[in-house]
Amino acid sequence: MNWLLVHLDTLLESLARLARQPVASALNVIVIGIALSLPAGFYLGLSNLQMFSRQLSSDPQLSIFMTLDASTAEVTAVEQRLKSNSDISRVEFISRDQALVRLKRSASLSDVLASLGHNPLPDAFVITARDNDPATLASLHDQARKWSKVEHVQLDAEWARRLDAALNVGRMLVMLLAVLLAVALVAITFNTIRLQILTRRDEIEVSKLIGATNPFIRRPFLYFGTLQGLCGGFAAWIIVAVAVLVLNIRLADLSGLYGILFRLEWPDLGYTLVLLIFSALLGWLGAWLSVSRHLWQIDPR
Amino acid sequence: MNSAPNRGTMIQVSHVAKRYPGGYEALRDVTFAVNAGEMIFITGHSGAGKSTLLKLITAIEKPTSGSVIINGQNVSAMKPGMIPYFRRNFGLIFQDHKLLFDRSVFDNVSLPLAITGFPRGEIAKRTRAALDKVGLLGREKARPITLSGGEQQRLCIARAIVNRPAILLADEPTGNLDTAYAEEIIGMFKSFNQVGVTVVIATHDEDMIGRLNPRILHLDHGRIAS
Repeated sequence: MNWLLVHLDTLLESLARLARQPVASALNVIVIGIALSLPAGFYLGLSNLQMFSRQLSSDPQLSIFMTLDASTAEVTAVEQRLKSNSDISRVEFISRDQALVRLKRSASLSDVLASLGHNPLPDAFVITARDNDPATLASLHDQARKWSKVEHVQLDAEWARRLDAALNVGRMLVMLLAVLLAVALVAITFNTIRLQILTRRDEIEVSKLIGATNPFIRRPFLYFGTLQGLCGGFAAWIIVAVAVLVLNIRLADLSGLYGILFRLEWPDLGYTLVLLIFSALLGWLGAWLSVSRHLWQIDPR
Repeated sequence: MNSAPNRGTMIQVSHVAKRYPGGYEALRDVTFAVNAGEMIFITGHSGAGKSTLLKLITAIEKPTSGSVIINGQNVSAMKPGMIPYFRRNFGLIFQDHKLLFDRSVFDNVSLPLAITGFPRGEIAKRTRAALDKVGLLGREKARPITLSGGEQQRLCIARAIVNRPAILLADEPTGNLDTAYAEEIIGMFKSFNQVGVTVVIATHDEDMIGRLNPRILHLDHGRIAS
């Protein structure tokens, strides 16, 4: 159990060291926190958007519009084909009359429709595919377009797929940002530890002279770097959480206007753990690089 | 000259030469042995090679040729990873003290014990015992900067003996002290030697050896002169 006590001592000592220079430590932690909050925040925003787009595109639907001059027999023929297709799970027929009735319910358009004098709407089918696979939907889309008297086939989930593709680009950008800022975090820690090693030069030299092993000398610096990274990760979490809180107030107004419900989800436990572990790991890495680089330069003379 | 009982060789230096880059020869063909439990003085004017010899014994530097064997271990053939453990055999008293001025007296003395990895209770007990031996027990919370020159030297000695080393090495331990203090310090070394510690003291000040009549190794321009 003795080694555990040694590590606990080092941990407490590193905490004390952080607390002894509150301004410098706070500045470092804030810089790390801001650097981390950018990729972390964008990532959270993206995964929220993605969840939203999945909700909307959950029904893999196609709309098939017939030409206006299609006869009942021709419409029935299309209906038969749709019903016999094994890729389709549900077929809903909306006759032009039904469509007109639905449209007239909307008050602003009823005047326009009345002035037309005839029904401008075609017969239509709304079909639901068996799965959400874009390839299935695309092949259904292509088949139906070639049938006679079919005017137009619309993939309802098309915009959702475009959003998804845009989100993939966004995710790539977040990755790049994360890599860049991770390097920045390592550099910040590297420099902090370098300064510490310089100010504790005498201590390191004496310790080496009286039999300290390299791990013994490294340990407090590694703890300090890890701890600083962890605090930075915590700061980033707070920044992200405050941003979510503030944005949700405005988003409630905005999404209310569009009649949809969209609000940012809080960072969950997994997200929080990954953020904290990642920041601690980067802090450790920066400290390790710095100690390895500078420690051998201090050899007793 | 050697009055200590022969209990085996603690330090064996054989045909050691040390040449620094640039061609300066600090030591030339130095051979001597120190038995366990012996007290020996290495004398000579400054630049005679005393400090270099101590650095070779503690593996701070390596000899250009020849061999240094401490307690059966060949220092020149030692792997770098073994050196920290090897150095724990020594209590070192440096010419420039090398005290840590941002730590208390207690923390300075307990550093070797922390490095060795003693449990906390044991560290406190041994540190107080070492401080007691050098007469600094009441000052454990003080900063080294508030101590007088003689007290700083005693603090150095406490740090050197706290680990109960087999060999005590001192480089000019009475350097800046007046005669009364110097005699007190030498008396401490004598008492450690009496409980079995091998003591090696390098000094340019042959007066301080005075009435002890110990074994003396005189260095002159890197050679043993006596």
